[in-house]
Amino acid sequence: MDLFATALPALADAWALILQPLVLGYLVLGVVMGLAVGVFPGLGGIAGLSLLLPFMFGMEPVLGLALMIGMVAVVPTSDTFASVLMGIPGSSASQATVLDGFPLAKKGQAARALSAAFTSSLFGGLVGAVFLTLFIVVARPLVLAFGLPEMLMISILGLSMVAILAGRIALKGLAAAGLGMLIGTIGEADAGGSLRMATYDIPYLTDGLKLVIVGLGIFAVPEIVSLLRQDSSIAKDARLGAGWGAGVRDWAANKWLSIRCSLIGVVVGVIPGLGGSVVDWIAYGHSVQTTKDKSNFGKGEIRGVIGPESSNNAKEGGGLVPTLLFGIPGSGSMAIFIGAIALLGSGDIEVGPTMLRDNLDITYSIVWLLALANVVGTLLCIAASGGIARLTTIRFTYLAPFLFMLISFAAFQSGQNFEDILALFVIGLIGIFLRRFDWSRPAFLIGFVLSNPVEKFSNQAFQIASFRFRSSVEEGLNYIFSPIVIVLLIITLVSIVLGIRQSKKIMAEGDVASGSKRAPMVFLLAITAYVTAALINASMIPDYNMTDKIVPLVIGGITLAACLILLAQMILRPETDPIFADKEIAGEEAEAPFGLWGTLAWFAGLIAATYVVGFILALLGFLIAFFRFRAGAGWGKTLILTAAGIALMCVMAGALGRDFPPGLLQGMVDLPWPLG
Amino acid sequence: MTIKQIATSLAAAAMIASPAAAEVDFSGETIEWVIPFSETGGSAKWANFFAPLLSEELPGNPTVVVKFMPGAGSTKGANWFQEQEHEDGTLLFGTSGSTQFPYLLDDPRVRYEYSDWNPVMATGTGGVAYLRPEDGEKFDGSANNLQDKDFIYGSQGATRLDLVPLLAWKMLGMNVEPVFGIKGRGDGRLMFERGEATIDYQTSSSYLGASADLVEQGKAVPMMTWGALNEDGEIVRDPTFPDIPTFKEVCEATDGCETSGEAWDAWKAFFIAGFPVQKIAFLPQGTPQEVIDTYTAAFDAVRKREDFPQIAAKRVGKYDVFIGEGAQKATKAGTSVSPEAKAYVKDWLQDAYGVSLQ
Repeated sequence: MDLFATALPALADAWALILQPLVLGYLVLGVVMGLAVGVFPGLGGIAGLSLLLPFMFGMEPVLGLALMIGMVAVVPTSDTFASVLMGIPGSSASQATVLDGFPLAKKGQAARALSAAFTSSLFGGLVGAVFLTLFIVVARPLVLAFGLPEMLMISILGLSMVAILAGRIALKGLAAAGLGMLIGTIGEADAGGSLRMATYDIPYLTDGLKLVIVGLGIFAVPEIVSLLRQDSSIAKDARLGAGWGAGVRDWAANKWLSIRCSLIGVVVGVIPGLGGSVVDWIAYGHSVQTTKDKSNFGKGEIRGVIGPESSNNAKEGGGLVPTLLFGIPGSGSMAIFIGAIALLGSGDIEVGPTMLRDNLDITYSIVWLLALANVVGTLLCIAASGGIARLTTIRFTYLAPFLFMLISFAAFQSGQNFEDILALFVIGLIGIFLRRFDWSRPAFLIGFVLSNPVEKFSNQAFQIASFRFRSSVEEGLNYIFSPIVIVLLIITLVSIVLGIRQSKKIMAEGDVASGSKRAPMVFLLAITAYVTAALINASMIPDYNMTDKIVPLVIGGITLAACLILLAQMILRPETDPIFADKEIAGEEAEAPFGLWGTLAWFAGLIAATYVVGFILALLGFLIAFFRFRAGAGWGKTLILTAAGIALMCVMAGALGRDFPPGLLQGMVDLPWPLG
Repeated sequence: MTIKQIATSLAAAAMIASPAAAEVDFSGETIEWVIPFSETGGSAKWANFFAPLLSEELPGNPTVVVKFMPGAGSTKGANWFQEQEHEDGTLLFGTSGSTQFPYLLDDPRVRYEYSDWNPVMATGTGGVAYLRPEDGEKFDGSANNLQDKDFIYGSQGATRLDLVPLLAWKMLGMNVEPVFGIKGRGDGRLMFERGEATIDYQTSSSYLGASADLVEQGKAVPMMTWGALNEDGEIVRDPTFPDIPTFKEVCEATDGCETSGEAWDAWKAFFIAGFPVQKIAFLPQGTPQEVIDTYTAAFDAVRKREDFPQIAAKRVGKYDVFIGEGAQKATKAGTSVSPEAKAYVKDWLQDAYGVSLQ
């Protein structure tokens, strides 16, 4: 019990450290800055923390911690604005929130969805803090129990959520997930460095595609284009329904779900190496499985918002365990956080195994500063949600150009390449067709996100297992089938069986009519062609680099099989079969006043102009042309809105020290910032 | 203000500005320190550590911001820097061993030439290899009793810094099987702690931060350091770990391992590029001497700060910060290998791991 003898005084010390007016002031300052950065999709905590770094040098440790934690803690809260209101996943933490949050906004219930999400975030953050306070002193052996086979099983559990999100035609969901995984393998393999569907002549591809870009391309671009074609507001009839109070009541009615998902969040967050990418999908899958009437999922079910949002803030707390105990960052922002801690004060706080022994009070301060920052951030967000929800009543044509601007900028920030924006467009095109032909976009994204962990962990676990088998069969079996693996295996199997049974009721894309055979068939053939190419490409990797080819071969093989069966079904079945779902046949899309290609051309125009004259000049032309000719605004309004857009970009990039994509023009002449 | 007035004042400003140009002054300017890695890596830590210190010492106290240009294993950023020429002295570039190794191994992506650039500061680090306690018992200063055992090592890739430990263990006759594809040395240490890996190494600062604790608890036994370079270019004991033998000593004590010949020369060449001269700060091509001198003086002032040894201990360890001529010499040592050493390493990478860089 000497554990408690040291833990309790340390906890008291931590509270004494935190509860000083100056510390709380810094915390609030950090929170406000975090909110300002976090509402913009794709920037997130890394950009914000980098901004704070220069000030950390020699700063009073607890003040520096308060500032940084305030900033990091609210990013997963504030990015909910973009995912619910605009359908833009702001970070990997809010992808699943889009699935039901955005449909709620379309129904005019944005304020309700937002406040339910924020309340869940708050609660998740607090559950996380309580859990960590107890857990962190005994966490070390438990964390070490998660080896490669265990991590592989968690990744597969995440992947099994494809079953429930597969949509009406299970095979299509499977193929979509397979395609996502194959696209996730593009680039240099982690293990042997072989190139998959890439060449050194296009250096961009060798690094693979970034999650931010795929997330924006798959979810944001199709929604923006679709809404723009309909020329209405996000909320149907431009009316706001239930207010923020309703969201809080929704949360109260589902508090047990929120608790369970919070715990899922902490536990998965604790495991180093997985990061947060699977957490929200596992929580979403859990929400679906535990809901009796599943028919509303994907169309605006509040439980689909509460589940993932409860887990993603709890995950931040869980992520502190590997960060603080092992010095291994669970995410990019945590890596900067570790670096920044060493700059604080006289530099004697060292993140790592000695942290618990030498700085338990600081450790507890971090845990509870995180919780406090959650409370402050959530209250601010809830207060703002009613007003910000009004954005959904504006005619969408006035929002869209700003959204194109923001997602292009966000995509560019992920790698500082012009190709980032190009990749956004191409992935966006894939997203548009997946949506149109009712192929599950969540399944695609889960496949993409988990492609790398599944490949990495299976290769490494296989290598170590074969090593163990060489010494004895028993040792090998013990390694692979540890108790944790067996439990996870059972959960995975149950979740797949339940998922397949239930997936037909969950229509993420709503009810999609079927009509003609040609378009769906062409799309299927295009996918089949890509999968075949990826397969041939992988088979050409020499055999001594088996680690680099085995996963693309297996996944590609399964995906190709699914595609071929679908092809056979398409040939045999009549054109009214659900397999031929096509949004252009009937419904909003078919009745939209504007065509797909004409709408997309605006986005393409922005990208092409950026290539020639750089981002800011291109944006200037794009905004003026769009407001004047597409939106039909008067010159006064056009110029004011354009100026506002450019100013927003410049302030944001200026404050964060970010560059804009340069074009050919900038290569020839030197222009002053922000033009150059 | 009329156009004429503006023109007159601009002309006046130009007149005032021109004599000042002889003396380098960065008042009100922003220095961009570009790192070809992401915000999360060791080079980011390194640059973020030096940036505020540099700002204090440069004339005019400019703001020094660290910018990140990750991609293609840092070759993207280095290729970009190759295209840059001196403008006003506000561009600084930082490389690490990960930039030097592809250059030394003729990676097809490399379109940069180290000798075109102007090094102003270089720092190094050391590394420590360690074993599990049961293997540590068999270790008697030589690897003779470790040659019949199979080891597993979590590795980031054979063409990375891991080349140095992998080649060292191979020269000692140890059978070390690398599990490739981990993301950082921290993950390697975790694999070791979980018992999945049975041998590991860490750079000095990470060893002090985490692995030394394992040693204290009896969960690991240090085997050897890679050593440090003295002024004559010989490998000596690492000043941070004076009690741990160097690989050179272990090699000398081990049957079949030689500290001369092509294997040794190859190992030493890549060791120098990866450890004693790991991180270098450059000014672009065409930088005038007075700007180089200004930066050299500033870095000199940084390393002579009274509190520098204390605040640097965790970032750069007890290793030298080279400036001026020292940085140039270090850069030369860290970016050149003999054709024989290069050929030896390339053959070994091809034979042992099937890695071919074409």
